Amino acid sequence: MSNALLLIAYFGVLLAMTKPVGLFMARVFSGERTVLHPVVAPVERGIYRLTGVDETKEMRWTTYAVAMLLFNLAGFLVVYLLQRLQRGLPLNPRELSGIEPRSAFNTAVSFVTNTNWQGYYPEITMGYLTQMSGLTVQNFVSAATGIAVAIALVRGFARRSSREIGNFWVDLTRATLYVLLPLSIVMAVFLVARGVPQNLNDYTAAVGLGGETVLIPQGPVASQEAPKMIGTNGGGFFNANSAHPYENPTPLTNFVQMVAIFLIPAGLTYTFGRMVGNTKQGWAIFAAMSALFFVGVAVTTVAEQSGNPLLTDAGASQETTVNGESTPGGNMESKETRFGIAASSLFAVITTAASCGAVNAMHDSFTPLGGMVPLANIGLGEVIFGGVGAGLYGILVYSVLAIFIAGLMVGRTPEYLGKKIEPYDVKMAMLVTLVLPLSILGFTGVAMATDEALASRWNPAAHGLSEILYAFTSATGNNGSAFAGISANTPFFNPTLGMAMLIGRFLMIVPILALAGNLAHKQRATVTAGTFPTTGPLWIGLLVGVILIVGALTYFPAYTLGPVVEHFQMRNGITFSLE
Amino acid sequence: MLAQIRTAVLMIVVLTVLTGIAYPLAITGVAQVLFPDQADGSLIERDGVVIGSELIGQGFVDRTDEDGPTYGRTLAGYFRGRPSAAFVEDGILVSSGSNYGPTNRVLIDRVAADVAVVRQENGLAAAIEIPIDLVTASASGLDPHISPASAAIQIARVARERGVDEARVRELVNDHTEGRTLGFLGEPRVHVLNLNLALDEEAPMPAAGAAGG
Repeated sequence: MSNALLLIAYFGVLLAMTKPVGLFMARVFSGERTVLHPVVAPVERGIYRLTGVDETKEMRWTTYAVAMLLFNLAGFLVVYLLQRLQRGLPLNPRELSGIEPRSAFNTAVSFVTNTNWQGYYPEITMGYLTQMSGLTVQNFVSAATGIAVAIALVRGFARRSSREIGNFWVDLTRATLYVLLPLSIVMAVFLVARGVPQNLNDYTAAVGLGGETVLIPQGPVASQEAPKMIGTNGGGFFNANSAHPYENPTPLTNFVQMVAIFLIPAGLTYTFGRMVGNTKQGWAIFAAMSALFFVGVAVTTVAEQSGNPLLTDAGASQETTVNGESTPGGNMESKETRFGIAASSLFAVITTAASCGAVNAMHDSFTPLGGMVPLANIGLGEVIFGGVGAGLYGILVYSVLAIFIAGLMVGRTPEYLGKKIEPYDVKMAMLVTLVLPLSILGFTGVAMATDEALASRWNPAAHGLSEILYAFTSATGNNGSAFAGISANTPFFNPTLGMAMLIGRFLMIVPILALAGNLAHKQRATVTAGTFPTTGPLWIGLLVGVILIVGALTYFPAYTLGPVVEHFQMRNGITFSLE
Repeated sequence: MLAQIRTAVLMIVVLTVLTGIAYPLAITGVAQVLFPDQADGSLIERDGVVIGSELIGQGFVDRTDEDGPTYGRTLAGYFRGRPSAAFVEDGILVSSGSNYGPTNRVLIDRVAADVAVVRQENGLAAAIEIPIDLVTASASGLDPHISPASAAIQIARVARERGVDEARVRELVNDHTEGRTLGFLGEPRVHVLNLNLALDEEAPMPAAGAAGG
């Protein structure tokens, strides 16, 4: 009962916030005045003056792409150097040493690409300055990069006979100043009020009731936590991420974190509709995303609440009432009591539907089917609301494919939003669609044939395959969550996962900008009786169908060998040991 | 191109100063003024010594015997927390889940071993069932809570070991039980550390070795 109430409340809040947030972003990126302008506009102008940006000058897609790549390269260098040099830098009370090159490369790529995969234990690895001025900064600007690219693609659809798709520096600055920073300030203060630490103190020595002394990690947690969720980054201040009571202390902070993940991605569907001049187009995208979202939540919640029959055999009850008293029941391994099954399952689906990757429970310990949903969510390209910006441009690529397929079926030149979809557009869309599985399945294949990679598995048999498959799915999808038992801080995984992240980010973004540039140049055809409608249930069904068919055909064989086979093993009481 | 490189470098510098220095320091300032206790980690002191954080769970088990798969024996007179995969490195408490998959033999053996320990320590009749949360590791390894069902099966033992009425212990458990926020957020739960602190306060262990283990 509370499972259903949680989902209804969550979706209700999301639905209510989509329009206001989306409308606000549409105004910001169209250069209209908003309520924040009296405060923020002077800061914005100051930034342009300091950096030599002419805000009135728009860019062709090639210039836009170069600016984006240069900025990301500069960001990478900052994060890399902060890690390498942190021993000699201030705000490092534990005197943590500099991070070795391969791990530093992996982490820098990870945060710049909005992946936030973490191969390291933050508590014993990252100094406060690295967290604040390296990782937190990327929590903002990698998200702003995603938003900028999505807006550029939307402009491609919205404009006609234009060579330009916007100014990257302006889009980046506005996404940071008007959207991400204000939301993060509000959320960070809320989080501190509910118990998330925000200090620069040394770790606290505490003598527990059992007599043992430990150092409890501290730090500027709340200020990193807020953009971590709002920017769908997901990199934890601590190893346990949003399961750590310092990152996510209460069911209420958990609810707010879940809303924060989908807030901008959902809002952007409305931004899209408004900018192309028909909000129904945005709501159609929203509806397709929602349909896929509900399926995922249902599968994972039911699978987790049904639990693991092997644990029943071991003598534990997984009912929700035991001896007349309340307990969460279900598969509680690697889940927190305060969240229980419902809020852990919902969080897992949200964080992988979006490219967030924060976790409040360890996906590695989910039931096979419960854990397959996060894997599939990422594999489908994180288009179920998706990452900030990335979700919208991802699903618009699917829209191009869907309208192309519909065009083939009815035998006329496909049009989406009045733009004729021609060979160049479909090629770019296909490039984006193929890069993802090529990297995921290719790298997984190599890893499965490499002894060193196999030695990194934490779990045996089919689950070990799932761990490696999940790692490359997460890296390529720029998600960052993990079947975290895997030891990924190794000479094999640091560079390969780093490459997967770069491929999944920039081999997506560059073709998308090319698509944006090509679309912007076209005329907008007028809608006639023969135009395939892209707003009603037929369209939504077609779009969902294309997403599922592309995803299912691509990954079904791999999933069969991983989670599906493990499901039947679990139901039949079969267990495994590593070697 | 050169102009673009210059802008890229200046832009990351400016945005780092804004979002990587000014923003976190401003939030730190606001947090330290408005919510100093939370901002410093919700620490709990007893007799002038920091004994932990209200948010960070403690296990209340003796982990010195690490031979078997079991999480450990419960410290005398205390309620037991959930099993934990957190560990200490260089003295630092590192959060971690077990990450055992559902068909991993190590997981199944650990659960079975802890079920046996809990049954034996609490002298439970065969008809009494063991709630799943008491024998599964939490995601952080720092879960401060157990379910009301997991507390209930420990009441008789704690009362016996402390030489107090079961009714009094049950009362303390109820005092430290929280329901769902707004009726649907989260799970009903018992705060183990606060409960055990209250027990030390109101029903100290009889004479020998109050700290247990």
